Amino acid sequence: MTALTVKNLSSAYQKKIVLDSLTFSIEEGTLTGVVGPNGAGKSTMIKAILGLQPKMTGSIEFFNGKLKKLTNHLGYVPQRGAVDWDFPTNVLDVVTMGLYGQIGWFQYPGKKHRQLAFEALEKVNMAEYANRQISQLSGGQQQRVFLARALVQDADLYFMDEPFAGVDAKTEKTIIAVLKELKSKGKTVLVVHHDLQTVPAYFDHVLLLNKQLIAYGPTNETFTKSFLKKTYGGEIHWMGSDQFVESL
Amino acid sequence: MVGVMSNLRQQGLMSDAISHAALPGVILAFLLTGEKQLAVLIIGAGISGLIAAFFIYGIEQSTRIKRDAAMGIILSVFFGGGIMLLSIANRTGGGSQSGLDSFIFGQAASMVRSDTYVMGGLALLVMVLVFLFYKQWKVVLFDPQHANMMGIHAHLFSSLYTFLLVLVIVIGIQAVGVILMAALLIIPALSARYWTHSLFFLFLLSGFFGGFAGGVGTLISSSESNLPTGPFIVVTSSSLFLISMIFGVKKGLIPIKRLSRGTTVLSERTSGGEGK
Repeated sequence: MTALTVKNLSSAYQKKIVLDSLTFSIEEGTLTGVVGPNGAGKSTMIKAILGLQPKMTGSIEFFNGKLKKLTNHLGYVPQRGAVDWDFPTNVLDVVTMGLYGQIGWFQYPGKKHRQLAFEALEKVNMAEYANRQISQLSGGQQQRVFLARALVQDADLYFMDEPFAGVDAKTEKTIIAVLKELKSKGKTVLVVHHDLQTVPAYFDHVLLLNKQLIAYGPTNETFTKSFLKKTYGGEIHWMGSDQFVESL
Repeated sequence: MVGVMSNLRQQGLMSDAISHAALPGVILAFLLTGEKQLAVLIIGAGISGLIAAFFIYGIEQSTRIKRDAAMGIILSVFFGGGIMLLSIANRTGGGSQSGLDSFIFGQAASMVRSDTYVMGGLALLVMVLVFLFYKQWKVVLFDPQHANMMGIHAHLFSSLYTFLLVLVIVIGIQAVGVILMAALLIIPALSARYWTHSLFFLFLLSGFFGGFAGGVGTLISSSESNLPTGPFIVVTSSSLFLISMIFGVKKGLIPIKRLSRGTTVLSERTSGGEGK
């Protein structure tokens, strides 16, 4: 089944086009790395797909439109800077918040929910920090807490925004293990990723993005020199090196 | 409690802007109706407070002006307009006796029994709303995007929050006045933060601190005639804050110093520091 179908998606930020009519579809059970230079619109694309950012044109369809109560099937791991880590709460609480969408309107989270949250923390090797204040976590630990918060939702399609950025080796290992487990369970994952060297090792599919969709497909076919050049080098040409020469 | 939310949204000054902006509404309502009906004045305050909040969000979203600057503009424009209207109201007669001046610094002594019922009712409403939707508030305050993802509409709760904020302010200004209202909202919440790391207790404690400061401040100011209530409440509240800052068990200056003397705790604290 197709997990995600994006048709003609465009988005702008303060009147500047950030995403230019993207069209692609992602199969269920794949692990996709979203790769492109800074300002290529990677985060914007994820937010636009999830409806967190207004889109100008385009349509998004999840799982061929067959799922009811879609919010329970989508998981999102934002960049760490997205929240105020001085917020008065502890690690277990943050992870439990991942379940709030599944708890009734007037219900408080109970023992069962905290148990689920604790299990998610175990998966990211953070169980010992369950009662720790979130202001006392390192960057990598914060990332793992966010990961656990998404895991506890038990979603079918995950979006992760640079989970590997600036984390320690232990966290990196944990994230890789989690990605593998998700894949083995048949979940679909999209990960915004910066480190080109590790792309072939981590992901089975690659989406190359630079405002426009450069290429999408299996890593061994898509993650090639010519496509990468188009993704990273193309922009420099387009920035007008020719024009610059002419004006001299 | 509403103060806790505005602090966590890093909008402490928003309450200041709204309370200043309530002044022209109060005076205009008086000028238009020609009588000092509390309900009418409060509606006037509420409307102009909401308009101010609306303008601030509008400026922030549609221009490059940052929120603090937007608040500065709106605050001074509305407050200036309010003072201007006040002098007009005083000149046209009836205004000076109406006690409109007391809206600037507040005069709890001028309150009557029905006012306290209104305040009590409002306090109850806020408490019910906070604890009924505690879960939603928490996730919306912590990470609004994540809330949206899970089908909890952050916009809905943001609007409810702004509505509550304006409501609390317009009811509160008759006691402490437009200038000091913000202090009453912000300071108890900040003080409470020094004593707890839990959002739940933060709500409870800041409500308690606010009530305590209000009670003690009013007692002191009523001990002699002609003492304004607002400043005394704020001074009491600030003293509580000072005590909290120094002795607060969770984030206070002394406990933290004592903690860092132990080597194990020291290493824990420094490792926690990386994330900042």
